[in-house]
Amino acid sequence: MSATNHEVAGETGEPTRRDMIHVATGAVAAGGAAMLAWPLINQMNPAADTRALASIEFDVSKVAEGSQTKIMWRGKPLFVRHRTAEEIAQGKKDDAADLKDPQTDEQRTMQSNEQPGKPEYLIMEANCTHLGCIPVGIAEPGYIGEYGGWFCPCHGSHYDTAGRIRKGPAPKNLPIPPYVYTGGTVVKIG
Amino acid sequence: MSGPSSYVPKSDLEKWLDTRLPIVRFMNDTMIDFPTPKNLNYWYTFGGILAVCLASQIITGIILAMHYVPHIDMAYNSVERIMRDVNYGWLIRFMHSNGASMFFLAVYIHIFRGLYYGSYKAPREILWGLGVIIFLLMIITAFMGYVLPWGQMSLWGATVITNIVGAVPFIGDSIKTWLLGGFAVDNATLNRFFSLHYLLPFVIAGVVVLHIWALHVPGNNNPTGVEVQDVKKETLPFHPYYTVKDAFAICVFLLIFAGFVFFGPNTLGHPDNYIPANNQVTPAHIVPEWYLLPFYAILRAITFDILIIDAKFGGVIAMGGAILILFALPWLDSSKIKSMRYRPVARMWWFAFVLNFLMLAVCGAMPAEPPWTVISLICTIYYFAYFLVVLPVLGVIEKPQTPPASIADSILQSHKKSAGVSPAAVPAE
Repeated sequence: MSATNHEVAGETGEPTRRDMIHVATGAVAAGGAAMLAWPLINQMNPAADTRALASIEFDVSKVAEGSQTKIMWRGKPLFVRHRTAEEIAQGKKDDAADLKDPQTDEQRTMQSNEQPGKPEYLIMEANCTHLGCIPVGIAEPGYIGEYGGWFCPCHGSHYDTAGRIRKGPAPKNLPIPPYVYTGGTVVKIG
Repeated sequence: MSGPSSYVPKSDLEKWLDTRLPIVRFMNDTMIDFPTPKNLNYWYTFGGILAVCLASQIITGIILAMHYVPHIDMAYNSVERIMRDVNYGWLIRFMHSNGASMFFLAVYIHIFRGLYYGSYKAPREILWGLGVIIFLLMIITAFMGYVLPWGQMSLWGATVITNIVGAVPFIGDSIKTWLLGGFAVDNATLNRFFSLHYLLPFVIAGVVVLHIWALHVPGNNNPTGVEVQDVKKETLPFHPYYTVKDAFAICVFLLIFAGFVFFGPNTLGHPDNYIPANNQVTPAHIVPEWYLLPFYAILRAITFDILIIDAKFGGVIAMGGAILILFALPWLDSSKIKSMRYRPVARMWWFAFVLNFLMLAVCGAMPAEPPWTVISLICTIYYFAYFLVVLPVLGVIEKPQTPPASIADSILQSHKKSAGVSPAAVPAE
């Protein structure tokens, strides 16, 4: 007779024991499905060996004044530029210019622990913020930039001596990776 | 059993869709309203369990392929990287490797169920044949999958099994070279095995669709072996009655599966496959995975020349024949009664056949020396005799019991029996 009782109770609109069992079973199934789904999704995130390479150390003293080098970090190139005094002065002067993505020269060399870095070393990601091409530096062939920094040959974005976007389609300054100086001229990136 | 459709489109959208692509109607008639005999027992839940196995293997397999490198220099290390570095890679790989074992466990139960209840008999010969094709594809897929980790067993298992092809007279060597893409199991072999191991599960899925289609024309067999006569009285809609029953069986099955994955992930594997492949050293004792042992035993049982066929080729014919003979089974079994429930003599031979098959598995795991060689031969002879002698002859000489006139009758009888045991149970419910 339990079936009849169930139907009567159901007609009055009250939740029955059976409704409760259905909801509880469904909840357990949904919880189990979610717990199973997570490993299947999470496996696509960077693996332990990839994560182990996520931070690198670099000695910036290897870069001569007025030149730049490219190093690889997390599979992407970084610019490490040893700026001249004129370039730093130009960068500070441009703090007052009309900037698309306003940042001061000091912020551009700030360490990730909010301590001021070394103004002569500009460390930033080497992919143009427009569509990811690698801009050419001032001393490299093909440079026709107007602001003394970098010029992207793909779609003509101009960056200044602090890597700030000044003209062209790119929306943002070249991004600064998280880094701190661990002692002297050795910098830990990432 | 696929009678007139009982689907009534409810919403305007469903009506619109139904006159263009009646997919909702198809799903409803296949998985919801499909009339299913009332008396199916738990042995009939293995079809659903196998569907879960195939889905699990495909999902985990696609994921493993995201991280695996099919190259002899990197395959082994890429598998170890999956185990150590990839997020939950250990879980996914153990689900895949143990999943293969669970898949075969389920398919063997499913096949022996069919043998017991005579599910291969008319009008289900095509259904049975498609099942044998699926089984054959599963064996090939599993064998190729075992080669991919590129451990010692992978390399030498592949070497032994591909040498089987070389046993074919005259053209064997050329076929073997073509299959391997070289003169030994090497990078070319690993590459093509990976490609085919990825392809074949989808072929299996396609044949499964045909298998279900062929099932849904005559409808399910059932433990009495008597066909449904009155759809109203003798069947229930597949949903919720059999979806719930199958779901419960799947949960129990997954518990066992999880037990292996979490508590004994290497129990069914072979430790030698954790040694990187080395083509200059053969492991002392080469065995296939447990689910192929019976057929491996049949391969090794033929140790003598038969007329012009040498022992090596004879073994190959016996192993291939052991599977191919299943195709002929619907026409070999001469009995008019389907279910062995009502065939007391045939039932004994069936139990002996199951034990014989398990014994073959034991023989396959043992070294090929006496007494195992003799036992293998005896078991092989019985394996074939069951199909070629026992079933054809028994159908003629056996005097079976009378099956119930209908499924409804059989249900009534069992109700009377249970009512006699506890009369209070009926009014209480």
